[in-house]
Parts: sequence; C-alpha cells; structure tokens
Amino acid sequence: MTVDAALRTESPAAYLDRYGTMLLIRLFETEMQRLFLAGEVHGTTHLSAGQEAVPVGVCSALEPGDYLAGTYRGHGHALAKGTDPDALLAEMLGRATGVCGGRAGSMNVIDVEHGLVGCFGIVGGSIAAATGAALAAKGQGRVAVAMFGDGATNQGYFHECLNFAKVFALPAVFVCENNFYGEFTPMLKVTAGQDIAARAAVFGIPSTIVDGNDLWAVREAALEAVHRARSGGGPTMLECQTYRHHGHSKSDPAKYRPPEEVERWLERDPLPIARARLVGLGVPEADIMEAEEATRARMDRAVEAALAAPYPDPAAERATEFAP
Amino acid sequence: MSGALEFREAIREAIIEEMERDESVVFFGEDVAAEQGGVFAVTPHIQEHFGESRMFDTPISELALAGAAFGAAVSGLRPIIEIMFGDFMGLAMDSLVNQSAKYWYISNEQRSVPLVVRSAVGGGGRFGAMHSQTHATWFQGVPGLKIAFPSSPAEAKGLLKAAIRDDNPVIFLEHKRLYSVRGPAPDAGEVLPLGRARVARRGKDVTVVSAGKGVVDALEAADLLAGDGMEAEVIDLRTLRPIDLDTVLESVARTNRVLAVEEGPATGGWGSGLLGRIAEQGLHDLDDAWLLATAELPIPYSPTLEDAFIPGADAIASAVRARAGIAVS
Repeated sequence: MTVDAALRTESPAAYLDRYGTMLLIRLFETEMQRLFLAGEVHGTTHLSAGQEAVPVGVCSALEPGDYLAGTYRGHGHALAKGTDPDALLAEMLGRATGVCGGRAGSMNVIDVEHGLVGCFGIVGGSIAAATGAALAAKGQGRVAVAMFGDGATNQGYFHECLNFAKVFALPAVFVCENNFYGEFTPMLKVTAGQDIAARAAVFGIPSTIVDGNDLWAVREAALEAVHRARSGGGPTMLECQTYRHHGHSKSDPAKYRPPEEVERWLERDPLPIARARLVGLGVPEADIMEAEEATRARMDRAVEAALAAPYPDPAAERATEFAP
Repeated sequence: MSGALEFREAIREAIIEEMERDESVVFFGEDVAAEQGGVFAVTPHIQEHFGESRMFDTPISELALAGAAFGAAVSGLRPIIEIMFGDFMGLAMDSLVNQSAKYWYISNEQRSVPLVVRSAVGGGGRFGAMHSQTHATWFQGVPGLKIAFPSSPAEAKGLLKAAIRDDNPVIFLEHKRLYSVRGPAPDAGEVLPLGRARVARRGKDVTVVSAGKGVVDALEAADLLAGDGMEAEVIDLRTLRPIDLDTVLESVARTNRVLAVEEGPATGGWGSGLLGRIAEQGLHDLDDAWLLATAELPIPYSPTLEDAFIPGADAIASAVRARAGIAVS
C-alpha cells in the first residue's frame, strides 16, 4: 500500500489507540517523577513528557518485526514499540520482574521480543545500533529506526553512521528528536550551521523537518521514510522538533530555559493537540474519555505490580559472563 | 620454519570455511575486499566467493564499523570486522566496551553478541607508536569480551574458527610479524577451544607463559636455555580473556618458577594480572615469579630503539639465566 492510500483508509479509531499510547507515556513519566521522589527509582532518570508524539507516530509506521534503537530518554521509545508497561516500570524500580530483570535500569532498556534493540545511555549509541540492525534488516525485509536527540548530531556516531547507511543503501530511518537542548546547553549554541536536517542532506539522505508535537505529521513523515527504506530506497532522516517538559535528568531543574519559551511549548503540548484533532475527526467525547480511563487504570495496575514485585536476590543470581 | 600453511593464509581459510558453513557470517572492513585483500594481504579473493552482500569494503569509520557490527550481531548476523591496526581500536571503543560487551548481561540474557574484531597488532615492523601496539591491555578488564591471540598458522585457523562460532564478542589479535610465518596445517575442520591454554613445550625448570608472537620467542629462548642445561616449559595462553589459570598453575606446580612475557607495558597488562592470580592461588608452589614486559613508554620507531624495546628470544633467555644465577658462557 502506498503511503497516501494508507493515510486515506485509516479510521479515527486507530488514532484513538495512538493517543492512548501517548497518554500512557505521559502517565508513565508522571509516575516516574513521583516514584523517584519517593525513593523507588534509583540513580537518575530522563523523562520524555512533551515528546510523546514522536515515538508513537514513528512506531505506528512500523511492522512488529522492525527494529528500533532508543536513547536514555527512552521510556516512550519502549512503550511505543510495545514493551509491557508492567515490565518497564518494574525495571525502573530495579525489580526482578523488570524487562531486563533489574540489570539494566532506566537508561539501558532492551526488549528483543518487541524489536527494541536497546536504549543507549551514551549519546549517539542508538544511531550505531540501528545502522547495524539495518544491515541485518536488509536481508530480512525489515526496517531499523534510530531515535536520537539534537545533541547526538555532534557525535562521531551520527556522521560515520549516516555516511555508512547511505553508502550501503541500508533500510534505516534516522529520527532526531530535536528538543533544542543537549543536556543543559542550547542546541543553537553548539551546533554549527544550526540546521540538523541539512546535515543529512549533505550525505544525500532525504531529510524533513517535522512538527514533532503533531502525531499526524510525525506518522505521515514516518510512513514515507519507512516505505522508502523497505522498498530499497535507503535511509531517511526526520528532524522532529519537540520539547521536553522536564529538565535533562532528575538533577536538573532546567532553570536555563526562558520561562516564555517553556510557556510557548506548553501551549503546544502534543496530548491536547491530538485530543482536539480526535474530536474534530468526530470521535465521540465518551469514547475518548473511556480510552483515557482505561489507560489510567492500566498505569495504576503497572505501578501496583511493580511496587509489589521483589528485588533480585543477589544470593540467587546466576549470571554468566558469556553466552554458552 | 617451513611448512604447508602461511599464517595469513590460515586466517583467510578460516574465514572462507566459516562463511561457507554459516550464511549468517558476514565480513567487512577497510580495504578487506580490495584485490590485495587489506594492507597485510590477508583476505584477497574472498569477496568473489560470497558476493558484495556478505563481504564488502567500508568507509574509514572505525566507530561505525564496530557499531554496525554490534547492531547486526544482535539482529541475526554474525559479523567479522577488521579494524586494520589494533591501535585504531580507540576509535571503536564505545561500541565494543559499552554496547557489545555488556549486552548479554544487561539484557538479562535475552540475546548475545556474536561478532569478531580482527586486527593486526604488535611491534617490530617499524610502524611507530600508533601502528604497533598490542591493544589487548585496553580490553583486559572488560567483562563480556573474549580476547584471542594465536601464535602459529594452525592455532590461528583453529582459534579464528572458534571465534566466529562463538556467541560472544571476540577481540582477535594477529601479530603482524607472524603473517609470513609458515607452519604445519591443522587437521581439517579443527576448531580450538577459546579459554584453554596449551603446553607448547614441556620442561621442568621454569614455566614461560606468553601469547601470540611471544610464544615463538619463548620457544626459541627455550632452545637457547637447553644449551645451558635448563629445561623451560612454554605455555601458549591462546586467549587472554578468559585466561586459563588452571593450566598455568598445573605447570607452576611442577616447575615452581614462572616468567610471563608480554609485549606491552607491565602496568595493567595480562602478565601482571596473571602473576597476581598465581600468587593468590599457587603461592605454596612458587619459588619465583616475574614479568618481562616493555618499558612504560610509547613504542619507538628507530630500528635500534624498537629492537631494544621489544622482549625477544635473547631477552627472555637472558632474563631466565640472570634469575637462575647462570653465568653467560
């Protein structure tokens, strides 16, 4: 099916599902904030509230067998790719029932069953992982997606892997979540040329600037990129412009951001935007509220299950350094 | 040494045999598919057997090479990559140390990372400080990685076949001064175990432990020492991680003296680590234990400086004689 046909034949109900996933991510991050302050989430964590439309829009364009590599701001990446919220939350809490048994934590989630190659705690790592996955995907009829932030476009990974992927026409989609801050530093201050999409263009990689707070816009751009990749047209880069509602990590109150800038972006919160669009498409308010209620109940169950789950027992740990 | 098989040809045969055996094995690197087959002419005319989808030349991008190998390895392929000189591994470090090495464990054993990283290593070629290092030291303390370092053509073939079949990331070191060495071919289909050392020469007076070209030097030194009436046992570690402590301890229990010969600085190397483990677990058997390594300096270029820098057969024999109180005749 062509991208146009796919978009034309879609039912509003499909978008209601996607809105539900966006809400799940938002609620997940809200719970993470609360549980962190309660001492249940350890170390640090990086919240993606405000950026939900990007992973949900991108993953809506993928087949279940496709690969995705995410970042340390990756809770939304995992949930959008299909990771079970119970298993993800338990991982955040370091519990034995976590998706990685509590060995990985917030920054390094891996969920092979759902095609989540991994979330990478070091800036740019996801770009390499997806490039390699794309090398394998080429012979499997699959596509591999790299999620990364604006900061990663100044890493060697970005430049080496985009060149590599283009040279070998790999079925890769490079999705930059440009939230305009690399940790505490404004993107515009440390990015020569100040134009991320243009960086892909010099490799001959088609690239587009996308409204990353608009689920529909992200999905449409992703469908086109995934279609190009799967049909042998090589990689695409999407620069999805968005904004994080919180600081970089739990130690960052984000005082470096001008209040009027924060206000401007909060007015463009992707969740109300998607909700209004659903209403405009004729989805009954009652259906939306029912979906929202179901999502809240789902998240509540995940919190309850994670808090009740045991910590891994060091005495029972049977770790092996090597695969047999 | 004369013999049927050249070291570089042994490497090439192992790659071809394993690519024939398993179609998920792919091989890529800088200039590896070019007609000459890389700067040390190790891999010529492999691409024509398997086509460009399974073997190809890459851009000069070590980080992308290692990263792509990692991503491919967790997605169904079994990549072999060549990082031309081991010294260039600094550029590939994040992907190997943080992505490949940790994946099996932090994923809670969801998936392993079957990949091999081949590199030319070692001094004596007058390549200077940035093309002569043996980079095993940099990876020695990284759980999840295996490190193989063959000493002969037969060992190279058997260990590389094992590395390609292994489900874990393997750093594979090829000493550049061994590429033109010839030796007996191994039995057809022989695959050597990773993590098991071999006794390369029996002796009762002292155990000399090394790996790679150091084994060749140690065997030559053992010949020299035999002229002094000393019988040196030579152990070829084969893999530096995991290191086969049991074989070394068994030897030390018989000889009571152990010398580790390492082409690299003493600080942080496998030699000092091994001696520590021997002291910890075999102190009751020990009369003497020491290390012959390089100075804590970069590897020099000038032939006179470089030859003096690297411990060869004469240096090993002299070290043993001095320690044993044997006057040089």
